[in-house]
Amino acid sequence: MKKINSRPASLKEAPFHYCPGCGHSIVHRLVAEVIDEMKLREKSICSLGVGCAVVAYKYFDVDTVEAPHGRAAAVATGIKRVRPENIVFTYQGDGDLAAIGTAETLHAANRGELITVIFINNAVYGMTGGQMAPTSLVGQKTTTSPAGRNPLKEGYPLKFSEVLALLGGSSYLERVAVNNPANIRKAKKAIAKAFQHQKKKSGFSVVEILSPCPTNWRMSSVESCRWIDEVMTKVYPLGVIKEKKC
Amino acid sequence: MSGTSTIGEAAIQAGCKYYFGYPITPQNALPEYMAQRLSEVPGGVFLQAESEIAAINMLLGASVAGARAMTSSSSPGISLKQEGISYMAGQELPAVIVNVMRGGPGLGTIYPAQSDYFQSTRGGGHGDYRTVVLAPDSVQELADMTALAFDLADNYRTPVIVLADGVLAQMMEPVRIPSRKRKKLPAKNYILTGAKGRPSRIIHSFTMDPKEQEDHNWKLVRKYKQIEQREVRYESFLLEDAEMVVVAYGTAARIAKGAIKRLRKENLKVGMIRPITLWPFPTKIIQETVKYIHDFFVFEMSAGQMIEDVRLSLEGKGRIHFYGRPGGVIPAPVELYRIISRHYYQSKRKKGR
Ligand SMILES: Cc1ncc(C[n+]2csc(CCOP(=O)(O)OP(=O)(O)O)c2C)c(N)n1
Ligand code: SF4
Repeated sequence: MKKINSRPASLKEAPFHYCPGCGHSIVHRLVAEVIDEMKLREKSICSLGVGCAVVAYKYFDVDTVEAPHGRAAAVATGIKRVRPENIVFTYQGDGDLAAIGTAETLHAANRGELITVIFINNAVYGMTGGQMAPTSLVGQKTTTSPAGRNPLKEGYPLKFSEVLALLGGSSYLERVAVNNPANIRKAKKAIAKAFQHQKKKSGFSVVEILSPCPTNWRMSSVESCRWIDEVMTKVYPLGVIKEKKC
Repeated sequence: MSGTSTIGEAAIQAGCKYYFGYPITPQNALPEYMAQRLSEVPGGVFLQAESEIAAINMLLGASVAGARAMTSSSSPGISLKQEGISYMAGQELPAVIVNVMRGGPGLGTIYPAQSDYFQSTRGGGHGDYRTVVLAPDSVQELADMTALAFDLADNYRTPVIVLADGVLAQMMEPVRIPSRKRKKLPAKNYILTGAKGRPSRIIHSFTMDPKEQEDHNWKLVRKYKQIEQREVRYESFLLEDAEMVVVAYGTAARIAKGAIKRLRKENLKVGMIRPITLWPFPTKIIQETVKYIHDFFVFEMSAGQMIEDVRLSLEGKGRIHFYGRPGGVIPAPVELYRIISRHYYQSKRKKGR
């Protein structure tokens, strides 16, 4: 019998603890597949943000450190400056990256740190129970915006990748989604491209991934995937936001 | 050499090639020195971070990657670093953090103070942990303690704080920088280098399992016990015939020494215990000393923080006198001389009665 699919070598044999339909599981697999295919497993070091994926060290079979909430890009900076020959990536949620970690992320991008950021945008704080995130949509009901996000009081959805694209040090930014097979394939390509930019020393690279959180969106998996298409992508359009030649 | 350049050079001679920091007075001359010197060291990295929070986390990253690295700041900036220090204590990562203390609370003053004793010796950030705290009192000791800080950090895999102040930082004195690594240190078999030819490694402090966390806490406690047994350092000065002992550290100890020399000229029998490690605190020598000397005079450039450790060490024995000048005021030896002699004669009179 011919084997046509198996667990990527860069994923450990541990069952995911993520909720059914959660985007983290898909993205973990994509990152692991890219690391395998680009033969980066023995070179990769991951700096993990704090969020539902804080225990991703149980899954990724690469060297991993847990960074304080929001500080993954600063920790990655320290690692990369010591070990420029390694591939260093962060894995962060939208609260981690675009709220508490705004400064660290923005300045790492501006310095053109040669790191790759895997940025999970699920428009809520997943781990702490579905509170409003800076990325939450206008009108989105969360546990801390029960009447729906009111932009006059709570501000607007923060398009952080667009902000980072303005900076001289950022090299590649693409927004993708993992809500259907075609998008998942595109997401994988984007992750590979981001690592490529790091390898070529072109600058800071980010893949923002619109990722379902059925639990906190209070939707089924199918509804979540549809919501990404019909609502989320209208605010966060998919595609390449910036790409330097490298 | 100035105090700040000495710390910088001693760090580089100890093998530190990475410095991360953010400007704050009165320690700015240290990052400025590192910016220049690390540009001359092959592979050296000086990075001016966007904040102290970023700097301490870059240090965490450099440490987890296996490097000797350092950050420095002054009181308000050290407050911002506490989360990172707590993580490094939890993750058992070595790091050297220099605090050139200034008066507080709040923005306080840029003038020298010793008001961060509690913050340094009690952990500072959240969680059950300790940091080793070294308190030099001269430029030579800044050099020696900086070198020692790197060895202790690596030996015990724990953050070490070098606690100085603006007086020490700006002081010019002759110094001999210790040459690199004298001690055999454990191999760094935990660092992240990429999982080549070995299983992947994880550095974390988080667990969902309270039992696992408790075990980790007890493991840290065992390490701290070891440090308490092996690493206490202090200087004793003219204790033999003393009738009163001054306890002071750092700049305060220098001032006290000046005062004691004057007191001795007038035959007032005053000696000194100068803690060099503030944690672990030199409890034993204080307990030994109270067996034959009753009066302890604590002097700090704060409203009274180390006095709590002296009190704990004395276990109700002896008597404590205190003089403090918080807020960035540096008292002259003659001021201290007057205060100590007053307390000295008052005690004598009481004993005489
Ligand atoms: C300093 C600090 N503040 C707050 C928290 C609590 N906290 C843990 S995860 C999290 C937000 C997670 O949301 P996000 O980054 O969007 O990731 P997700 O869980 O949605 O994947 C917060 C606020 C913390 N761990 N540390
Ligand atoms: S709460 Fe949301 S982000 Fe967290 S595991 Fe569940 S679905 Fe995923």
